[in-house]
Amino acid sequence: MSQSAPLPLVESLLDVPLPASGIAWLDAARHENRAAFAAAGLPDTRVEAWKYTALRALGQRRFTHGDDGAALRAVAASTFALPGVDGPRLVFVNGVFRADLSALDALPAGLTLQPLSQALHDDPEPLRFVLSRPALIGDAREVGDAFTRINAASAADGVMLRVAAGVKVAAPVQLVFVGAAADVELAWHLRNVIELGEGADLSLIEQHVSDAEPAQLATVVSDIELHEGAQLHHAVVQNVAIATSLIRRSSVRLHARAHAMLHALELGGALVRHDLRAELVGDGACFDTRGVFMPHGRQHIDTQLAIRHQALNTRSTSTWRGVANDRARGVFRGAIVVAPGADGSDASLSNKNLLLSPGAEIDTKPELEIYADEVKAAHGATVGQLDERSLFYLRSRGIPLAEARALLTAAFCRAVLDDLPNEALREHLSGLLVAQLPA
Amino acid sequence: MSMLIIENLHARVEGKEILKGLSLSVNAGEVHAIMGPNGAGKSTLGNVLSGRDGYEVTSGSVTYDGIDLLALEPEARAAAGVFLAFQYPVEIPGVNNTYFLRAAFNAQRKARGEKEFDSMQFLKLVREKLKVMQISDELLHRAVNEGFSGGEKKRNEIFQMAVLEPQLAILDETDSGLDIDALKHVADGVNALRSPDRAFLMITHYQRLLDYVVPDFVHVLADGRIVESGDKSLALKLEEHGYAGLGEGAAA
Repeated sequence: MSQSAPLPLVESLLDVPLPASGIAWLDAARHENRAAFAAAGLPDTRVEAWKYTALRALGQRRFTHGDDGAALRAVAASTFALPGVDGPRLVFVNGVFRADLSALDALPAGLTLQPLSQALHDDPEPLRFVLSRPALIGDAREVGDAFTRINAASAADGVMLRVAAGVKVAAPVQLVFVGAAADVELAWHLRNVIELGEGADLSLIEQHVSDAEPAQLATVVSDIELHEGAQLHHAVVQNVAIATSLIRRSSVRLHARAHAMLHALELGGALVRHDLRAELVGDGACFDTRGVFMPHGRQHIDTQLAIRHQALNTRSTSTWRGVANDRARGVFRGAIVVAPGADGSDASLSNKNLLLSPGAEIDTKPELEIYADEVKAAHGATVGQLDERSLFYLRSRGIPLAEARALLTAAFCRAVLDDLPNEALREHLSGLLVAQLPA
Repeated sequence: MSMLIIENLHARVEGKEILKGLSLSVNAGEVHAIMGPNGAGKSTLGNVLSGRDGYEVTSGSVTYDGIDLLALEPEARAAAGVFLAFQYPVEIPGVNNTYFLRAAFNAQRKARGEKEFDSMQFLKLVREKLKVMQISDELLHRAVNEGFSGGEKKRNEIFQMAVLEPQLAILDETDSGLDIDALKHVADGVNALRSPDRAFLMITHYQRLLDYVVPDFVHVLADGRIVESGDKSLALKLEEHGYAGLGEGAAA
């Protein structure tokens, strides 16, 4: 896509020296990605994947790259404390690893958890494939991937998490990404690599939080690979401040009989985008997602789910709820492809949405493409309002209107948390949902 | 003074006049049955009294405990002691029955300036009521009316009434769609709640329920008005002769 003059955002993101790793292939990949980003610029709404998420306003902003003071920013432990969660923890503040806030002592055997920069320093070769890959994304179909490119070019750090084959990690691992107030409007980038060996078992909690002011732009790109029979429970709590824009991309690759279960709460942010992609490449792989997005005010929250069934008897279930209030906008796209040869696959997707005010908008687009035989597939999406009959029923029993609305909305959302196994966490997340509801 | 005084009530639904000058007085301790053919305005009466949207009162008045009932929001009517047992109870997935009932119970107490119950106190109350209503506590753990049979839904309405202890209970065709056993259970529940302080308005199409809950008064509602009132023998007369010939427009 050609642009007459580079947008201020593109200029400001390019106006930084690339991190120098001293690793030839990595530096090359960074240069390539940077060049690709400079050439393509930002996608506009003519690009299908960005049809409902306009980057016009964000494109006019300028952000300062990196935070020299990140190591000293005060971050209260309560920012990321979760009930029933007291295990290994890796914390980044404004894109910078904070050993003082992390909990990496006495990691259980078989769990590697460290900053990516450390892993690259110790032994870069195992990371070569995954970190070089974004550079390969260059064809026209991926023109929407501007943020993945600038992330690949500029991210100097991130999470490196590896669970050895056969290891079951008992305590949940916490990954915390904090945007802390600085003097300027910051941009920062993180790159995460997560790998579960054969038969490994991990419970992971990913948290995104930020201070109210000033505005920030963050990109977080994660690669998650589950080898044969690995099990991952992954909970994402995105609750950044209203001035923070957060662009994430998570790519999950599942080998034979691997099972990933994701629960996502998308609550905060100015412009929030999450591209969640899963490839079920091994027979019997299973990918389940449950999520809620709840924009209010002028928030814009966009979730793009893309699942590819590429092997026999794979299964995916996707249950997402959207609730938009005020003049907020929610976007959901659930694209499922059952590739040729993925016979016996089972894919279901449901996205139900609630509009709580006349100025709110939700755009939802389920897509299903099936090229295999004996496939079970079901998908559906709805956009509606609270049921008047239910509201009256509650009021007729004495529950005031506002409380009745909150009760029904919470019930509508809570369904996605039903099968979250950690009860304390489930209660906490349920509380976050209720707190987000209009009073 | 009567607990409930309805005077010359006119009400419209979607622009169509349904109630056309209905008058009725109910005293504490009394059970009134409102009978009538389909389309007479029976359910409209229940909905107007409980404050459902879409029911427009064009003239007349409803005085409850000396106050203008029609000026109150539905939740305020509930807090004032008015309860409607729905003809078609609503299923509310995701809202636990006990949680819902406690929210309602406490909202009413709060509105009346009374202290709210904590979950232990409330559970104790619920257990007592379950015993009286002969309802299994399995019902408490389910979502409100979700997947309930017709009979379970109606019994759940009566159970809610038992917990909320209204002054004025309006039962809107609570007997419809029930087999004889379920009907008896519902009737037993209602009878257990009869008291000198409480009044009932039982809206029904059939005389059947009145065999089990014996009313003090029976009124025939036809074409939006009470066309005849009497004691329980009137219900038997209706059973025998039908609604035809009672009041003008009764056959409509």
